[in-house]
Parts: sequence; C-alpha cells; structure tokens
Amino acid sequence: MVSELINANPVVYEKKERRDRGGRAVLDEYAAEPIDQLEIFDILLNGDIKDPEHPYSLEELKVITEDAVDVDDQRSYVRVTFTPTVEHCSMATVIGLCLRVKLMRSLPSRYKVDIRVAPGSHATEAAVNKQLNDKERVAAALENPNLVDMVDECLAPSYA
Amino acid sequence: MGGTPTIQYVIHIESYVSSSSSEAQQAASVDAIAVLLKNDLLSLETLVREMEMYLTTTDNNIRSRGILLLGELLMRLMSKPLDDTAISSLIEFFTERLADWKALHGALVGCLALLRRKTGTGMINRSQAKAVAESYLKTLQVQSLGQQDRKLCLQILECLLDRYRDALFALGDDLVYGICEAIDGEKDPQCLMLIFHIVELLAQLFPEASGPLENFAGDLFEILECYFPIHLTHPKSDDVDMKRGELSSALMLAFASTPLYEPSVIPLLLDKLSSSLPSAKVESLKYLSYCTLKYGGDRMEKYTKSLWSALKDALFTCPQSTLSEDSDPIDGLGFHESEIMTQALELLQVLVRQHNDSFLSLILGDGDISTFLNSFSQFDDFNSLSTQYKQRLHAVGHVLSVCIKASGSSCNKVFESFFPRLVDALRLSVENSHGIVHSALDANFNFGALYLCVELLAACRQLVVSSDEVASAHDLARDSWCQILCSFCTSLCNVFFCLIQASCVESSWNAYVYAAVKGLEILATFPGSFISVSKLMYENILLTLTSIIESDFNKKFLWKAALKALVEISLFVNKYHEDEKAASFNSIVKQKIVSLISSDDLNMPQSLKLEAIFDIGLTGKSFMHSVVSELEKTISANLSEILVHGDRRLAGLTPGLLECYSNKVLPWFHGNGGADEVSLSFAINIFTKMENNSSLSLEAKGKELLGATMAAMKQAMTGCSVESQEKVLQKAIDLMETSSFFLSNDLILGTDLFNKKTQLGQTSEGLSCRDEWIASLFASVVIALRPQTHIPNIRLLLQLLAMTLLEGHIPSAHALGSLVNKLPLNISEDCSLEELIDTLFKNVMWRNISIGKEGNDGGAVAMSNPRLNSLNSHAVIGLAWIGKGLLMRGHEKLKDVTITFLSCLVSNEDQGNFLPFNDQMKDPTEHKVLCLRKSAADAFHILMSDSDACLNRNYHAIVRPLYKQRFFNIMMPMFLSAIVKCVSSTSRCFLYQAFAHLVSETPLVAVVGDAKKVLPVLMDCFLILSKDISHKEIIYSVLIVLSGILTDKNGQEAIIENAPMVIRRLIELTSYPYVMVIRETAIQCLGAMSELAHARIYPMRTQVLQAITKALDDPKRVVRLEAVKCRLAWASIASRSIHF
Repeated sequence: MVSELINANPVVYEKKERRDRGGRAVLDEYAAEPIDQLEIFDILLNGDIKDPEHPYSLEELKVITEDAVDVDDQRSYVRVTFTPTVEHCSMATVIGLCLRVKLMRSLPSRYKVDIRVAPGSHATEAAVNKQLNDKERVAAALENPNLVDMVDECLAPSYA
Repeated sequence: MGGTPTIQYVIHIESYVSSSSSEAQQAASVDAIAVLLKNDLLSLETLVREMEMYLTTTDNNIRSRGILLLGELLMRLMSKPLDDTAISSLIEFFTERLADWKALHGALVGCLALLRRKTGTGMINRSQAKAVAESYLKTLQVQSLGQQDRKLCLQILECLLDRYRDALFALGDDLVYGICEAIDGEKDPQCLMLIFHIVELLAQLFPEASGPLENFAGDLFEILECYFPIHLTHPKSDDVDMKRGELSSALMLAFASTPLYEPSVIPLLLDKLSSSLPSAKVESLKYLSYCTLKYGGDRMEKYTKSLWSALKDALFTCPQSTLSEDSDPIDGLGFHESEIMTQALELLQVLVRQHNDSFLSLILGDGDISTFLNSFSQFDDFNSLSTQYKQRLHAVGHVLSVCIKASGSSCNKVFESFFPRLVDALRLSVENSHGIVHSALDANFNFGALYLCVELLAACRQLVVSSDEVASAHDLARDSWCQILCSFCTSLCNVFFCLIQASCVESSWNAYVYAAVKGLEILATFPGSFISVSKLMYENILLTLTSIIESDFNKKFLWKAALKALVEISLFVNKYHEDEKAASFNSIVKQKIVSLISSDDLNMPQSLKLEAIFDIGLTGKSFMHSVVSELEKTISANLSEILVHGDRRLAGLTPGLLECYSNKVLPWFHGNGGADEVSLSFAINIFTKMENNSSLSLEAKGKELLGATMAAMKQAMTGCSVESQEKVLQKAIDLMETSSFFLSNDLILGTDLFNKKTQLGQTSEGLSCRDEWIASLFASVVIALRPQTHIPNIRLLLQLLAMTLLEGHIPSAHALGSLVNKLPLNISEDCSLEELIDTLFKNVMWRNISIGKEGNDGGAVAMSNPRLNSLNSHAVIGLAWIGKGLLMRGHEKLKDVTITFLSCLVSNEDQGNFLPFNDQMKDPTEHKVLCLRKSAADAFHILMSDSDACLNRNYHAIVRPLYKQRFFNIMMPMFLSAIVKCVSSTSRCFLYQAFAHLVSETPLVAVVGDAKKVLPVLMDCFLILSKDISHKEIIYSVLIVLSGILTDKNGQEAIIENAPMVIRRLIELTSYPYVMVIRETAIQCLGAMSELAHARIYPMRTQVLQAITKALDDPKRVVRLEAVKCRLAWASIASRSIHF
C-alpha cells in the first residue's frame, strides 16, 4: 500500500445540484430514452466512486464533471475525460480503471468505452491513456487480485 | 397463631439483612414484613425489639442494612396510624443515626418517611423536627455524598422547609448557612430541581428584608447564578428538552423568590442578554419579564434605562426575525417572529404596564426611534427599501403596538407624539374630503408611514377589544387618541381606497395592497360602542371590498386579501352582535356575493366565485344557509333551463356548481349540523324538476352533468336521516313511475317483451335520455340509503332496477348491489331476503334463458355455450355487483353467484380447442360467448376491489370484517381444482384472469399465508397472460403481489422452493414489451431475489446475468438504472471478481 499520500490535502468542492429530469411521469410508453450525458454521469457517481486515497467522492474532488462525458448512443460510444487532483498522481490509472469497470458493468455491451486523462492535467498523460484503453492490459489488471480488491473498494456503495 | 408470623418475619429480616440474597428477594422481604405490620399481625414495637441486634451491631454492613430495613418499612407504612411514643422514639433514633455516616442511607430514608407523615396518622412535632434539622446541619456533609443520598438529603431539607416552617424559623442564620453549604456545587439535574425549590421555599420562610436571608443573599445567589442559562452537558434521554424547560422555570422561580436577589439578578440577566448566544438571550428575556413582575415597580425603577437600551438592542440589531422564504402572499412585510422578538416584546409589555409613563417617555423620547421616523421621507418606494430598513420598520411597529396595547393613557401618548408625523408623511389632512383623489398617489407613496399607521390602528383595535367592559370602552372613546383617530379616519379611508384603486397586477404592489386592505378591515371592525367609523364609511369600505371581489379577480393578491378581510369582518359582526353593522353587511356584502352564483357574468371564473361564496359562508350558519339556498336555486334554475331548452352554456357551468355543492357545502353541514334539511330540500327539488319535464335531450355535455348531479344526489342522501331518506325515496319512486320503461306494460303484465326483443336479434338501443336520468337519479338514491330505511314495494323496485340494468345501465347494478347489501334478512312477513334474491337472480340472469323446471330453485346454473349465448352481457356485470353486496355482508347466497361465474369460465370444456381472443372470429356467437366469459372473469375484480361509487362505508354499506380474506380462503381451493381439471386452454386463460383479480385484491397477509399453493398458479398466470397485451394491468397487479410475497419471510420460503420457475418468469417479464413498470418491477424482484439462500439461486446466476445484460440496453432509463443495481447484486453473490 502507499505509505505516504500523494495528495495529502486535496481541495474539496461542494456537490453540484443535479439537473432535474422533471418527474417520473411517463407520457409515452414506447418512446425510447437514449442514454445521455447525465445518465452516464449518474452511473459514474451513483455508487459514489470514492477516491482511492480519500473518503471523498470523485465528484466532490472535481475529478469528473458532467461536461467531461461525451456520449453517442447511436454509435454506441462513450468517452470520459477525468482530471486527477495533482499532476503526478499515480492514482490516475486506478481511478481510470474504476471508471472503466463501472461503465463496463452498467452499460450495454454494445458500447465502446474510452477513458482519458484531461489534456495537460497529468505528467504522464499519454502513458496513462494508453494503459487505460489497452484491452489486454485492462484485462490483465483485472486478473490481479490486489487491483480488483482496490477497484471493488472504490466502487463499494458508501453508506454515509 | 402468634408463633408463625414471628418465625416468618425473622426469616424475612435475616434475608433482607444478608448480603447474599438478591435484590428481588430483599424487596419481597420488605413487602412481606410491611404486610404483617399493616394487618397488625406484628407490632412495630416487637419488630424493633427483635431487630435490636441489627440496629446496634458494630458491623457496618449489617447495621446499615438493618437501619435501611426499618426506614423502608416506615416508607411503606406512611398511611398506618402510629402512636406518639412510637413516633418519638423512632425519630429520636433516626435523628441520632444521621451522625452515623457509615449507615447513613437508612437513616435518611427513615427520617424522610417520618417527616412526610400526614396529620391524623401521627406526625412528628415541632421540637422533633427542629432536632432533626439541627442534627442535619451539624453532621451532614451533603456534597460529599453519592447522588442517591444527596437527593434524599435535599428531599429532607425540602420537606422540612415545606412543612415545618415554625420549627426551622428559629434556626435563623445557621439554617441559611447550612443550606448554602449543602447546595454548593451540585450538578445533577434531579438534585438541582430540589435545590431550586429549596431556595424558593427559603425565601418564603424569611420574607422580610432584614432577616437572616439578607446576610446570605449574596452567597446564595453566587451559588445559583452559575446555573444560568440552564444548559445540560450530558443529555442522556429523549426528554432532555422537557427537563431543561422544567429546570429553567424552577430556576426562574428561585431567582424571583425574593426581592433580595434583585441587586444581583438584574445585572446578571442584563449581562447575559448581551451575549451572542440566542438561547441565552431568550432565557434572559423570559427571566427578566418574570422577575420584573415579582420584584415590583419600585425596585425596577432604576433599571428602566438599561433595560430599554438592552431591549432596543435585542429588537433592532440582534439576530433578527428572518425574512420568510415561503412566499405566503397574505402577509405585510413577510417576517417570521423569532423567539427573541416574542420574548422581548413580552418584556416590553410588562415594563410599559409597570412603569407606565416613565418607561413610555423613554421610548417616546428615544433618539433612534424619532430619527427613524424622521427619515421616512427619504425612503418612499417600497421596492427600494433594504431588508435592514424593513426589519427596523417591523420592530418599531411592534414596539409602538405594545405601547398602545398596554393602556389607554399610553395609547394617548403614542398617538399624540407619533401620529402627526405619520399623517404628515402620508400627506393626510383633516379637511381632505371625500372624493378628492389623493395627491400622493404615485409609485413612491410612503410605505413606512402606511405600514406604521396600519400597525397602530391594529393595536388600537386590540386595546379596545381586549377591554371588554362597556364602561371602559366609553372611557376610551373620550380619550384623545380616539379623537385624533376620528378626525383622520375619513382621509385614512380615502388613502386606502386610492391605494386599492391604483393597485395593479404586479407583485411589487402587494405590500401596499396588503396594508391598505388590512387598514380597511381594521377600521370596519372597531367595536360599535366605540364609533370611530361612521356608518357611511363602513358601508363604503364594504362596497369597495365587495367590488374587488366582483371585478378585480385578475389581481390575485388583492382579491385574496379582500376576501380575507371580508371574512374577518363577517366573523366580527357575528361575534359582537352589532345589529346595525350586521344589517349593512347583509345588504351589501352577503347579497352581492351570494348573487354572484346566479349572475350571468361570465368574465369571472366560476372557481373564484365559488371560493368567495364558500369562504364567506363559512363565517356563520345563517350565511351558509343563504349560500346554500342560492346555490340550490341556481342549480335548479340551471337544470330546468338545461333540461327544457338544452342550454349548452349552462350545461358546461352547472357541473362546477354541483361539485361545490357536494364536495364543500354539504360536508360543512355534516360537520356543523343541519345537513338533513338542506339535503332533503335539495333532493326533493331535483326530483320535482325531473317530474316537471317530460322530454329531455342532451348532447355531449350531458354525461358530465349527469355524473355531477348523481354525485351531489348521493352526497345529499348520505346526510339525510332515515325519515328524510324515506321521503326522497317515495319521491324517486313516483318519478320512476313516469318513465317510459315503467309505462310499457312489459313490467306490469310480466310479458317478456324485452326477451322477445333480444331473441329476435334486435340490439337494444339503451335507455332514452330522460329514462337514463330518471334511472340514474333513482339509483343514486338507492345507493346511499341507510340500512334502517324502509323501502316500500321492494319487489317492484328490484324488478325496475333489473330492467334498467339489462338495458346496460351500470348505476342500476350499483343500486342492486347496495340493496342486497342492506336489506334486512326478513323484510316483511311474507317476504324474506333469500326469496327476493332468488327472484332477482331469475330476473337478471336467466330471465331470457329457458331454464325449465329447475329454474325455480333460483340457484346457480351451470353454463354451457348455447346458454351463455343467450345471456345478456350486462347481466354478468349486474350479477357481479349483486355478488359484491352479498360478499360484503357475508351472505351465503354469494355461493350461487360465484359458482355461476366459475361455470361461465369453464363452460366450453368439451371443445378443448384454443380460440384466439380477437375480433376476427368468424362466428359472431362464439365471439359473444367469449366476451361474456371475459366479463365473468372481470367480475372477480368487481367483487374484490373497493369502489368509490357505491358499497362503501360512506354510503352506509354493511361491511363484515375480513370479508376479503374469507372469500379468498373459500375461493382459492375451488380455483386450484378447476385449474387442474381444466383441459381447454381458453378456459384456463379465463380462470387465470379471474384468479389474478382475486389474488391481487386480497390483503397480502392472506396471500402470504397460502404462498406455497398460490405461487405456482401465479407463475402460470405470467406465462399465459403475458402473451396478450390486453392483460397488462392484470400482470402488473400480480407482479405487485409477487413483490409483496418476496418481502415476507414465509413468502420467501415459498419462493425459494419455486426459485427456478419464479426466476424464469421474471426473466421473461424483464423484456415485457408493453409496459415499462412491469419491466422495472420484474427487475426489482430479481434484485430482491439475490438476497435469498445462495445455494438455491446460484445455479440461475448466469441466466439472470444474461437477461439483465439485455435489460441494460432497455429503451427506458428507469429500467436501465434498476438493471445496473440488479446486475451488481447478482454479480457479487458468488465471488468478488467481476463477471463480464
């Protein structure tokens, strides 16, 4: 485990008020509701993915925001851009892996998921991006029991 | 005899003293000895002698137990008379024992028991009490004891102070000193309660100033002051708040117990008042009010200045009353009073009353207030006012109100010094005569002055109203403030009028409008013996307000405020019996408002009209009566207009009136009495209207109107007494006899005209419009009848209803159901309920079926296809309602009904082929039969579900407890066996539908009880019914039952047994295409199933995950979200690894 925190004192932001979808009244039983930005954002934050280092959720640390989600339901494509709290954050890959796992579990299998570090927000941006979007490496990572434990820990629902 | 109790009590004593026996045993021993003593089986003297050894031994433990036993016994013998010798030797003993600190507890208990004895049963005398007190003061170190003992000590002290004052008085300084010592440093809330009370009692013991208390007042107060304000550091229980409140008021009593504390208390409170802690402020203000009253004016005189400045601080600058966020439109400035404000104003009131002139001059001479008032002219426009300014305005208004309310003279002073300024600011003048438009009316009309003016008026009014006696009111009338007010009254009124006229829709005007309307309301509600408003002015006010109601309905705020003001005025007029004003009110407001209903003015929305009328009506019974009569008149006028001329416009308006009548007005009469006459006259009226016209045709709007009329009729009938119901019923029957179907000889001669008609293949075109009205109104009357109401000619009545029912008139079915539900078992000598029901069955069901000989049984008939074919489909619905009536009262004839339905469901057993249920069937008869069987299945829904239209408690139905559970228990085995026997898939489908209706309306408890039997059938329901879109509601309700079973422990067992099947069905439902909630609920159920025993569900894991993965791509978002949760739940049941 990490002996020293990488970012010991992160800035914590207030959770933003959620956009309201306006009630549950379903007018048309057969109208399709395509997967949109807000839904992805909700998926990512509903379980309150926690920061690997701190008891704060990624939303509170502004690691991901609603605007950082790109989704195209017709082309089955989603891209999430996240911003690590500090440039040299070695947790970036873990966070990215968590996001990927969460989306893989929650989206239909037709989706292609792309996880990226926000440009300029990380020292080894290219490496991280490559690592996160390499199928083989992700699969390999998920074979590693320690990593899986860590990911599950992050994704465990918080009862706070 | 003597020996037995002796041995017993010795054993008990030993058991109590022994340290090895348990607490319960010890308590039992004390009780046993106490009983012996009470019943004189043992004398106290013998006991004490026997116990001598325990009471005097040198072993501390045994001695303390022994003494405690004696003390406990005395506690239990409080009401047993004891002679003086016994008392004196006992008290001597205990007094002496107070010095024995190792065995103190028993001594304390004993002392307390003896001290608390009542006169008549042997009390201790004065010298003994004094001896106790002396010993107490000499030997006890109260604060060094444990909590229990401290409490006992303080209780002894309290008891002494309370009951043996004479004895204690002589102790003087010693006593006070001793008490100081005993209470110093206490922290336990219970003990503190006692301490505060002791201090209070002490002050009563030495009331005069130059007593022993004087020397110690400072010390005592020093001990007490640290407790203020009460704050519990270790709140344990839930009732902390209550305890805090009690402690706080006990401390307040202690503070105020003697004026000797005044030099210390008031500075302390003033000091705490300036603290920033809101609770401390509130407490200080509360204490100050109380202490001020207790200490008296003379002592408080010197503090007035500092008190006023502290109050000003609290009122003007401290955490203010907050601006209310909820935009309740009816409010002036929109402030909520804070607790501080309320308490401060109360203190202010106490001070003004106590010091009258001197304090008032402080306020009136206050620089801040006058500067504030002088600054009025700078702040004109309300919208530019800052919140701070508004708060100040609010506070000043309240301060002045309090001053005015204090007394007539203070009111004079306030008026003399402030009113002229306000008048100036408002630019009023005495001469300003009626009719001249006020020059100041523009956007920057001075709001501050207006607000204060209204506040002052309101306070004056309260002053007058609160001084009840006529004499004092007359005195007030001669006061100068009154003169001033009278002279400005007219111009004030004019200002208010102008403001209202100038008001517009925008909300920026609301504050002005509120003030103006409020002002008018106050002027109009000054009590009459105290005329500051002339009759003319009063009527003007009423006219203005009424005209607002009539014409300004689009200015919502103004309209609401005006209505509220009128309601207040009306309440006032009723309360004070002001004849003259009442007369004006009646002639101006009541008539106008009431006539709004009948007016043809279409500009004003009907809902507003009705609101106004109803609100005004609420203020008094007489008003409501005139409202109701007008409403009734209008309704009946409209009805005749509609019925005769077919007026479409009225047909659109009248349902609203009827709704108001049945939903608002009638319930009011139910609550306030008088419902009977009102309802009766309404019902009779309607029937008379119907009698008077012989032809009727209504188009589209007719249905709505008829519905509203029926609802009103039912509502009216529920409120009628038995006698009135009989009258209405007679009227209804008379009307029925004028209907065309009655006149056709069919009914009278008993010919089967109707049958012929149907047999000839003619489709009945239903009832004519007039007949439909008559039948519906008649049915409404019958539905709401009370069980006690006598029904004349019941056979004819049933026949009539059966006829209209067969014409497709559903309310008639409701009426039939209600009738069989409520009729007494023996209606008359020659007619029993059973017989009637038989006839009814014959009429409804097999009227057109040639039954042959067995038809006379009137019982259930097994249906075969050809028979079904000739059955009227309305008959099935009618039979269902009749069945419901029987079911609810628990009548056994129900069996016939249900067997009929069941046989209907399985009737084509011989054919066995599957007929798709659709419209493309070649044979129309086949189609009709299927329709009939479908309605037989739906009949179970009617049987089980609660209906708003009839057969509920509101309509006096007879309801047997738990009837649904009973019915379910009877029907379930029948269904199960029928399903097993059934070979035709069509029949099976109908059976499942009927069973689904049955199960989904049964209380869950009953279903869960039989979950093991029910569950497989429910699963088959899903399988079979999910093929057809038309069954989606049934599927949903069954799914709800399933989810209910899943939440129950017994139910879960049944589900585990059938887990593979349940999961398979649920998986199918997760892709049910027609209804989203079904998919959502199915996924939720699957999610819940992941909690069940893993060994059973693990094999299905892959299946579920595959299905859920598909559901992740559901078109609906809610379903997807549920799928995510469900997937997580199932993925994690076996291992922590992620399963893709």
